Amino acid sequence: MNYALLLPAERLVRLSTVDLAIIAIYFLAVLCIGFYLKRFAQSGEDFFLAGRKMTAWVAGLSFLSANLGSLELLGWAGSSYQYGILAAHWYWIGAIPAMIFLGIVMMPFYYISKTHSVPGYLQLRYGRAASGLSAVSFGFMTILMSGVNMFAMAKVMQVVLGWNIHFSIWVSSLTVGIYVASGGLFSAIFNEVLQFFLIWFGALLIPILGLIEAGGWRGLVARIQHNFPEQNFTHAWSTLGRFESNPMGMHWTGIVFGLGAVISMGYWTTDFLVVQRVLAAKDLRSAKLAPIIGSFFKMAVPLIVVLPGLIGLAVLNEHLVPESTLQPGQHSYNEVLPLMLARYCGPGLMGLGVTALVAGFMAGMAGNVSAFATVWTYDIYRPFIRKAATDQHYVSMGRWCTIVGLFISIGTAYMAMGFASIMDYVQALFSFFIAPLFGTVLLGMLWKRATPVGGFCGLLAGTLTAIGIFLSMKLDHDLVAVFALSPRAQGLAQDMYQALWSCLVCVMVTVAVSLATTPKPETELIGVVYGVAPIPMEENVPILHKPIFWGAVALVLFAFLQWIFW
Amino acid sequence: MSEKRQIIPVWFFVGLLLLIYGALIFMSGLAEWRNPSPTVLANLHASVWWGGLMVVLGGAYVILFRPRRSS
Repeated sequence: MNYALLLPAERLVRLSTVDLAIIAIYFLAVLCIGFYLKRFAQSGEDFFLAGRKMTAWVAGLSFLSANLGSLELLGWAGSSYQYGILAAHWYWIGAIPAMIFLGIVMMPFYYISKTHSVPGYLQLRYGRAASGLSAVSFGFMTILMSGVNMFAMAKVMQVVLGWNIHFSIWVSSLTVGIYVASGGLFSAIFNEVLQFFLIWFGALLIPILGLIEAGGWRGLVARIQHNFPEQNFTHAWSTLGRFESNPMGMHWTGIVFGLGAVISMGYWTTDFLVVQRVLAAKDLRSAKLAPIIGSFFKMAVPLIVVLPGLIGLAVLNEHLVPESTLQPGQHSYNEVLPLMLARYCGPGLMGLGVTALVAGFMAGMAGNVSAFATVWTYDIYRPFIRKAATDQHYVSMGRWCTIVGLFISIGTAYMAMGFASIMDYVQALFSFFIAPLFGTVLLGMLWKRATPVGGFCGLLAGTLTAIGIFLSMKLDHDLVAVFALSPRAQGLAQDMYQALWSCLVCVMVTVAVSLATTPKPETELIGVVYGVAPIPMEENVPILHKPIFWGAVALVLFAFLQWIFW
Repeated sequence: MSEKRQIIPVWFFVGLLLLIYGALIFMSGLAEWRNPSPTVLANLHASVWWGGLMVVLGGAYVILFRPRRSS
């Protein structure tokens, strides 16, 4: 354990009475909402899938918010300070095409198969082996992520507010435990929608006031160039022609193929944490629209994440440093968002900003824990441990699993204290399972010849490839030039290529093994594979209500943003 | 859903929270009008107009999505 974390730290901001009242009201509100929703979460469908009653807007905002945690906000604001507008790629090419692809192409299969989870889809498509492997790896990752979220929140609260780290961990996790165990996915979704509004209202003032201070966008660019004349922080694509001409050590192939085609597609279309929100939609059209609605807001998120980092580059007198070289009196990249909050926000607004961060962390924990409860109950407990129990038994298992999952997360949070760089490893670990899973799910949906043995072997081979590449690059830095195509590739660039190789291996192994093994009969593939049975058509609705129309609008807007910030 | 009871829309809760927070921030901004906190651009009194905006939006959501008795 790192005991330095337990000592009183110099705090970045001080809270007034009104700020504390705003934070207290938030905790009270989420608990009350959890208790209120308990009466609506009595059956398995209610508890694990919010009754499949959510409108496209609620499912869409929840889908986006499940990913918009505070770890994400603080981390990417810090990355924007470090890498400039390149960080916006994770919100644009790293999200928008995948969200639209999920809505238009993949959602019909998830929705009409009536699956409750992504491992549940693999069960229908490939059988128990691939589903079990994916469920176990997903359960492991969600619990780890929940614990890391918890630890990150406690650490931020300690650095920013000087709060005791144990107090933050226990109060936040008990609150999340009570409201998720009460209302299940209903509670998680309601709180994610609340969090969405809190984050926007809590963070949007920073770019508004920052741009006023810097003299608009042109003034901001001029100030950054003045402060950092040797770097180009304000162009998204024009510096990606060579690894050495941008601060990330990234090449455009890594962004387009590694991030856009694999990591992003894998995360947004197969990570059950986000897909679960869309499965809760009330009908197929809402399920298709939900990720597309989310994509419009996702395009705007750089306003509250990337822009504060750029404003930090322009207006802060001190130069922030990496965590690894932090000295007393200095601030790290990851503190840029709290620093901006303290710069512009007085009493009340500061409380709102801190509440937005707390809400983001708690929603992150709730999302992970509710997804874990579903996958454990439906994809591990029911098929492998107790097959034929009553619906009430599985709901009860889901509630207990939420509590047990939280306690394991608390253990993980304390474990995380011992490893300064655990965040880097968790991010890498996360990509181990997501990149090959995308290959497996996509082949399963689009190629009826893919066999159960092929699916399992491909998923396993892809995962082992990612782990192997990660370990070999850590053990021998010379291999970075081999796997990531340049010795200058930094951590994020390495992750992109690692994901790309792992997905390619997964696809190649799945295809090779499938061609040598027996496929499932077509009668068992109805509703889960493209071309085996017709996909239900949408009802005859005006063009403004059609998901495909809004998907096209989102793509045009996305292309326009790339052009503006080229 | 397993009960016949209508669930209160999430938008009502969003509105209520924005309304309460907006009122607190607005009043806090008014209280420090003559003696603003030492933040950059404090002369713009962001708390007042941002809090006011939240009150208006929150109030609208509360009115539009308030629980109604089903006939």
